[in-house]
Amino acid sequence: MLKEIVFHGRGGQGAVTAANILASAALKDGHKDVQAFPFFGAERRGAPVRAFARISDEEINLRSQIKEPDIVVVLDTGLMDVIDVDSGIKKDGLIIINTNMPPSHFNFRCKVATVDATSIAIEENLMVSGIPVVNTPMVGALAKFLGISIEAVKEAIKERWHGEAGEKNARGAEIAYNMVRT
Amino acid sequence: MKVIDTANHIAALAAKMAKPAVIAAYPITPQTTVVEKLAQYVENGELNARYVRVESEHSAMAACIGAAATGVRTFTATSSHGLLLMHEMIHWAALARLPIVMVNVNRAIGPGWNIWSDSNDSMGQRDTGWIQIYASSNQEVYDSIIQAYKIAENEEVMLPAMVCYDGFILSHTSMPVEVPEQSKVDEFLPEFKSLWKLDVDKPITHGNIILPDDYMDVRYSMNEAMKRAKKIIAEVGEEYGKKFGRSYGLIEEYMTEDADYVIVATAAIAAEAKEAVKRLRERGKKAGLARLRVFRPMPYELLKYDKMIVIDRAISVGLGGVLYNELRWLGDVYGFIAGLGGKDVSYADIMRIYELAEKGKEGWYGIEVK
Repeated sequence: MLKEIVFHGRGGQGAVTAANILASAALKDGHKDVQAFPFFGAERRGAPVRAFARISDEEINLRSQIKEPDIVVVLDTGLMDVIDVDSGIKKDGLIIINTNMPPSHFNFRCKVATVDATSIAIEENLMVSGIPVVNTPMVGALAKFLGISIEAVKEAIKERWHGEAGEKNARGAEIAYNMVRT
Repeated sequence: MKVIDTANHIAALAAKMAKPAVIAAYPITPQTTVVEKLAQYVENGELNARYVRVESEHSAMAACIGAAATGVRTFTATSSHGLLLMHEMIHWAALARLPIVMVNVNRAIGPGWNIWSDSNDSMGQRDTGWIQIYASSNQEVYDSIIQAYKIAENEEVMLPAMVCYDGFILSHTSMPVEVPEQSKVDEFLPEFKSLWKLDVDKPITHGNIILPDDYMDVRYSMNEAMKRAKKIIAEVGEEYGKKFGRSYGLIEEYMTEDADYVIVATAAIAAEAKEAVKRLRERGKKAGLARLRVFRPMPYELLKYDKMIVIDRAISVGLGGVLYNELRWLGDVYGFIAGLGGKDVSYADIMRIYELAEKGKEGWYGIEVK
């Protein structure tokens, strides 16, 4: 079963890293093949950034862009003013939004889940250059809907960052995993 | 050990594990993270190589030529305009019969300035005498670099080899890759023993003037070596399979036996085409795929199909698709240009191309034929 995920974020929020952590966690959790890739344009801090991930139990031969995602992850609600984040999403798809608002606040043609990843990032001190980095909490929230164990996500995070950084990012992911609501 | 990483990091890892003595490096998007990673390996002591930071790609190849002529293993990597700036030295490396291995991360040529995938850079080097391998996955990038050294350094070949893969589509995409143990790689690829070398204690003249009567012999011997490379590439791919569990040939066939039309493509488009063939079969169409892994030497004798659909990510302006024009004499061949400058080519596009070919159409996909 192929799952295709699109991440919308801003340069510096870690969308590309989120896609990579998800891919790593999915492989640890027993999926056969994964991909994680960015869309490269004129990326710079603060500018809209897209990243993509594929997870499958068969070999993935696809090398094209993801145009009909199963899940869209929005790291920054400000992007929703300028980007149609539900573009191409499957009818039974899901949009996961980083916000303190409930899912009922949003009006999309598919299901919506919300999690306040920014508050989690601030509380867990997931800050880089004064910006809350919400990518690891968002991967935690996402894992819940992909049936990926939070243990695999935490392991993938701790492989990427050793010591305290790994611990607090793993904690952020777990809090989001438990807090995300539909 | 299974790792997940980008093709560029995997290329650097493969190069490291091949143990080159000299690496010449000049960065260019989207190749940059290959040489960055190698710089890290040298700096942290994981790789004992001379890392030469040159002032241009022309110098990068010149440095590899000089080093390879002293009988050691060399590596460099480039893309697009970098490869083009090297062009003179690319010829030199091949005519001097130096088994240099280079990665080319395929990228379009400007203007208009474009950093995305396009095969015109490396396919434009087709007449230089380099072996060219096109990889379709990060695993194949790793495996092909290790094999490239063994092929290039074979005494029956002694030609440089280029391992090519799509910019961003592979270079910056993370995929799982099985990385063998260093000791196994060492067994497969022992230290390079050159047939000859520049040695101040035993001076020889090298690259001297050669008169018209002899020059043709040089070219002839090079062409013969390239022909022999077909056999060596197949043997090395099979030996690699015995050792590491993944075999490679000059082409990879998928559902070709009973196919009405066989799609011929390279690199990422060829991987995507596999998905298209699967889906076309589900619709009752007898589609097949021949993924052309090796472009030089051109294994045309393996492409024995009545009807072929060639998808090109490279254009010879004024003639047409590069691959198409190399293969059109083999039978009933339909040529499509697609994906230039990184334009997305999905399985749905390839399925559409198949249907267009069935109707006898061909041309620039999305412009002339839709």
